[in-house]
Amino acid sequence: MAQGAQPLTLSGWRTRWAGTAPGLAVIGVLLAVLATGLWALLSVAAPTGTLRLDAYVGGVVVFSLVQGALSALLSVGLAVPVARALFRRGDFPLRTLLVRLMGLPMVVPTIVGVIAIVILFGRQGWLNQAWGALGFGGRIDIYGLHGILLAHLFFNLPFATRLILSGLATIPQAQWRQASQLGLTGSQVLRWIEYPVLREVIPGILGIVFLLCFTSFAIVLALGGGPPNATLEVAIYQALRFEFDVGRAAQLAGIQLVVCLGVYAAILRLGRPVESDLAATAAVRRPDADTGMARLVDTMAIGLALLLLLGPLLALASRIAAGPLIDVLASYALWAATGRSLAVGATAGLLSLAAGWGILTAARALRQVHGRPGLARAAELTGSMILVVPPMVLGAGLFLAVRDWVDPFAAGLLLVVLVNAGMGLPFIIRILGPALDRAGRRYGRLGESLGLRRWHRFVYADWPEVRASAGLALALVTCLSFGDFGVIALFGSSDTATLPFLLYERMGAYRMDQAAVVAGWLLALCVLLFVAVERLVGGRERR
Amino acid sequence: MAVSGADPRGPAGIALKGVRYAYEAMEMVFDLCIAAGTVTAVLGPSGAGKSTLLNLVAGFDRPDAGTIAILGRDMADVPPGARPVTSVFQEGNLFPHLPVWRNVALGITRHRRLRPEEQARLDQALERVGLADLGQRLPAELSGGERQRVALARALARRRPVLLLDEPFAALDPGLRARMLDLVFALQAEHALTVLLVSHQPGELVDRGIDVIFLDDGKVMFHGPMAELRQSAAGPALARYLGD
Repeated sequence: MAQGAQPLTLSGWRTRWAGTAPGLAVIGVLLAVLATGLWALLSVAAPTGTLRLDAYVGGVVVFSLVQGALSALLSVGLAVPVARALFRRGDFPLRTLLVRLMGLPMVVPTIVGVIAIVILFGRQGWLNQAWGALGFGGRIDIYGLHGILLAHLFFNLPFATRLILSGLATIPQAQWRQASQLGLTGSQVLRWIEYPVLREVIPGILGIVFLLCFTSFAIVLALGGGPPNATLEVAIYQALRFEFDVGRAAQLAGIQLVVCLGVYAAILRLGRPVESDLAATAAVRRPDADTGMARLVDTMAIGLALLLLLGPLLALASRIAAGPLIDVLASYALWAATGRSLAVGATAGLLSLAAGWGILTAARALRQVHGRPGLARAAELTGSMILVVPPMVLGAGLFLAVRDWVDPFAAGLLLVVLVNAGMGLPFIIRILGPALDRAGRRYGRLGESLGLRRWHRFVYADWPEVRASAGLALALVTCLSFGDFGVIALFGSSDTATLPFLLYERMGAYRMDQAAVVAGWLLALCVLLFVAVERLVGGRERR
Repeated sequence: MAVSGADPRGPAGIALKGVRYAYEAMEMVFDLCIAAGTVTAVLGPSGAGKSTLLNLVAGFDRPDAGTIAILGRDMADVPPGARPVTSVFQEGNLFPHLPVWRNVALGITRHRRLRPEEQARLDQALERVGLADLGQRLPAELSGGERQRVALARALARRRPVLLLDEPFAALDPGLRARMLDLVFALQAEHALTVLLVSHQPGELVDRGIDVIFLDDGKVMFHGPMAELRQSAAGPALARYLGD
């Protein structure tokens, strides 16, 4: 006869749930930080009665939505032909290099992209000079909605291209063999083979790009041209930094939060998730690759994308070469800012990795040991909550929460580290999560049967399996934090300037030659940092 | 008729009493007593609960009801690593980044340096499975049979009295499979191990004079000598399984 299961003793219970404890603690701290920030905002805003929906707020909301939607539509719409071209040109010798180049904007700090675009398209830029040399009157003005759209295109067209390319790479080889055998034309391939995949992945990509552009800060601040072209993020910054209107900031933050939450929920519902995985973008032979029209369309698509991507960077490079290189590189301000940026990048990266590791190991234990996939997903989503609580909102909340105890401007860099670590968590979870899960599935039971726990499990089972992913995730978050010009704009001063802050200061003072050199230095260090961290942590060979 | 309860031929090596475990729509029920120092084969169609039975004994899964005792000791609170059990799976037995000797040494100690007596245990285990010269190789440099030998060497080095084999030789060709089985039976005899062996090849076990557990739909249909299986109440289910 069956007997009831013996209840676990305290030690048995502890053994069974020990794997989830650190991660649940991290989630607790994360929620506490988010709640503290939001509560601080609301508690300051509500009593002042400044929650009002006036023309200014309405204008900011409409502009944020419109520029976000246009940026997303343009970026993804143009990314489709570029991705199709790269996918179709499997035999193109520079294809791998091109696909890698498409990843460049991920590590180019936003503020560097902005100055590169200003150098190319600005009043004194190459384009205006060529315009004048050709005898045309008037000038092209980069400041305004079109400038914002152009900068968003610079950053998001390559990003969307890589995601769409990864989606196309999931089409089974058998379908291409069938298509070749049946001699399908280009339009038939598009309709019957590519369209079903595009229809699945594009809604999600549109949502992600919209979210990125909707919460855009540095680009809108630098290229918006003034209050009429402010996004919510920029309006929050202006309310806090210049008008000291906490109620207004709280109201704008609330609106932003609601919109982001809605879009994020839609992303989760719409479309399947896509991974930007270089390994998944292997070329295939297609029946529609060899027609003259296909070649022409692909050449134009790839050419235009390259022009958009490399044009601003080449313009920046030429400006650096002609700039006061030695003077800027010898200045104390540059080296001090470099030190601060490195400290912010490294600390935020490591903090983010540690927190992400905790959350992911807890999620893995919930999924693989306790059979609770729903709770595991909830834990991972909690780690990605920063996607709906934009950094400026969180920064503003923490600013208000700590101002009674410390001078928030004095503790600015600490807040910058905290917010950047939080911003990095979604990347850590996205990149490291699958690798940790795989390690658990492959070696979890072997480790358990050998009694490998905590440190020994980390050393023998987990780290060798996830090292490459951890290196990539840490490199990415370190670089993003190193080059971030977001929260630092709120708390920064000349005494606590990071490199992006210094660059913005130089731009604001119209010292574009100096700004270009700082931008070059920042970009070079970003790339170096990315390569060094990925190699050092991830190992030389990526599996 | 299903035979369960105390084995008349010796003390219980593994005893499952009223064990219930629900997986998706199926509830498995195990009432078994496996004599210490014997080899018992676990047979049955896919999804019958063979691997689940081993996972429950190893502690990877926890029963919804009932008790599991190994060598007379209740296992309710004992984590997998502390159970007197070693498992060998079909794949994933070795850490690919560690050399053979390190994979075997993990059965002895988790520390990086081995004491002389630990080194001797390691050498003996590798010697016994015929891999004394391959200690420095990585698993990727070994054949499928050699990899499973490494797993057996680690099982030997661990010196746990119960060995759970979950189709470890299924991916090997028939000749090699037979030789690996010979090795398992030899090791069992040398060390008086209690062996529970999941297999999809009952023909290879017929002449070995062992007990067999036949599972179907999460229930024990037969537990007794292999020779009596065909004449038992499990006959119809067995015939379906064998495609007779």
